[in-house]
Amino acid sequence: MSAAPILALDRLTRVFRRRGGDPIRAVDGMTWAVTPGESVGYIGANGAGKSTTIKMLTGILRPTSGTVRTGGLDPLRRRRDVARRVGVVFGQRSQLWWDLPLRESFTILGAIHGLPREQVRRRSATLVEQLEMGDTLDMPVRQLSLGQRMRAEIAAALLHAPELLVLDEPTIGLDVLSKQRLREFLRAERAERGTTLLLTTHDMGDVERLCERILVVDHGNLAFDGSFPALAATVGAERVLVVDLAAPTPPLADVPRTRLLAVEGDGLRQRLAFDATATTAAAVLAAVSARAEVRDLTIEEPGIEDVVRRIYSASR
Amino acid sequence: MADLRTDLHAYRTLLTARVRAQTAYRVSFATDVLGTLLVGLTELAEVYVIFHNVPRLGGLTLAEALMLFALANISYSLADMLVGHLDTLPAFIRAGTVDAFYLRPLPLLAQLITSDISLRRFGRLGVGLVTFGIALRINEIGWSGRNVVVVGLAVLSGTAIVAALFVCASALQFFLVDASELTNGLVYGGAYASQNSTQVFPNPLRVLFTYVVPAAFVAYLPTVVLLDLPGATLLPAWLGWCSPLAAAVAWGVALLLWRAGTRHYQGAGG
Repeated sequence: MSAAPILALDRLTRVFRRRGGDPIRAVDGMTWAVTPGESVGYIGANGAGKSTTIKMLTGILRPTSGTVRTGGLDPLRRRRDVARRVGVVFGQRSQLWWDLPLRESFTILGAIHGLPREQVRRRSATLVEQLEMGDTLDMPVRQLSLGQRMRAEIAAALLHAPELLVLDEPTIGLDVLSKQRLREFLRAERAERGTTLLLTTHDMGDVERLCERILVVDHGNLAFDGSFPALAATVGAERVLVVDLAAPTPPLADVPRTRLLAVEGDGLRQRLAFDATATTAAAVLAAVSARAEVRDLTIEEPGIEDVVRRIYSASR
Repeated sequence: MADLRTDLHAYRTLLTARVRAQTAYRVSFATDVLGTLLVGLTELAEVYVIFHNVPRLGGLTLAEALMLFALANISYSLADMLVGHLDTLPAFIRAGTVDAFYLRPLPLLAQLITSDISLRRFGRLGVGLVTFGIALRINEIGWSGRNVVVVGLAVLSGTAIVAALFVCASALQFFLVDASELTNGLVYGGAYASQNSTQVFPNPLRVLFTYVVPAAFVAYLPTVVLLDLPGATLLPAWLGWCSPLAAAVAWGVALLLWRAGTRHYQGAGG
């Protein structure tokens, strides 16, 4: 860890006072740092303190106590300098101009960041190509689909080539294909420019495929800090294979390295849990197919709430 | 210096985009302009009706009252065009737009001001300008150097004062989201007071609308100077030359309030 951290929190605390209620410690003495180039998944249940943290590191919110430094700067005093070095996408709040063609949002944001016209043109052309948005450039933003808009938001946040990209729930509401494309783009962007990534999500798939490091926050406290394999080792990386079979089948209790969770509809649907570090979905499916004819299948990943709960039971 | 040039370019780009968006739908734009024109004409008719019944009100004749009406309307519609949309701040706060503004490297107030420009106010501005032309004639005011300076200062200071009132009202919304009645009272009450001879008010209100909310400086006091009218209790005629000072103080207060408002927002948290 030679490079200076791009994000540094020191006992960062934020208390919200409520009229006629107990104050809420949304962020409660958190200390952690991120080195340039890392990709960090920042996960936790709703209301765990994720958005509050992001608002403090971008200068929107004042900490109650403790400090936060973004790119070495105090985001409250140096908000404009921080804004030049950070790109943020809040899943629910748009950076774009609703009544203008998407192209104009890029022009305006380029002017706001004081970028030379030629640079805006080149950078937006690259982003448009990588995010496959060519056909949406002349559409008013309000006509874009959710997936198109999210890609546009990310392009807008990356236009000024920030060192740190903060994404708050970027894949919420997206279909499987859009999610996959977005993840591939983010991986390529990091590989090419070394952009640091801080990502909040409810999707364990995002975390597993995008993040080298995972921070789990719960009630404003850091509950876990480590890699995905380490998280999997702590909470178990059990996925569930759900198979719909062609005919009623006796319980598939003998499939190697799986645990039979449930049998429904006289054995027409069976649920098998397996540890992703010990076997693969393909191996389990092959073993099931050897025993019965499979008509359909789904794989369930553990939810964030599950993960958080299991971190707590593991630490007790 | 280079920074300032970059910022000005950003504001120009923002405003140009707003102008294009508004004028893109010609029919609806024309209807909007017509709407504010009718508002202006209605208020003008009100002045006419009053003076049809009384020869003088608040020390002014109809001709003098038209000059007051013209200056007040020009300043008000210019200020409304430039910063009138600041009263949508509560909606911006709820929609998270304010948070999005915080993520951009420009001052929040400048971003809010340049987030829109209400070109439809041209209707009302037109009424003000035409009335001004008529008032110049019937009051037999010539274009002397002194008068040009008085009118120029009146429009600049008047616009600045009304704009400062808008900024104050908007800043208060940070503390009192949805207390728009209070801010309406302050801004629109002040603006309404600025269209009337301040002499019609009893002394306590004269003090309020001159020395607390500087409405008298928007149009009444400049009119007194322009038409060489006598002053009144608490309203000496030379005060008309102090409009720029009143504008500067109003903006000082507005910016302090705005800073307190944004600090409160960052403290309370969206």
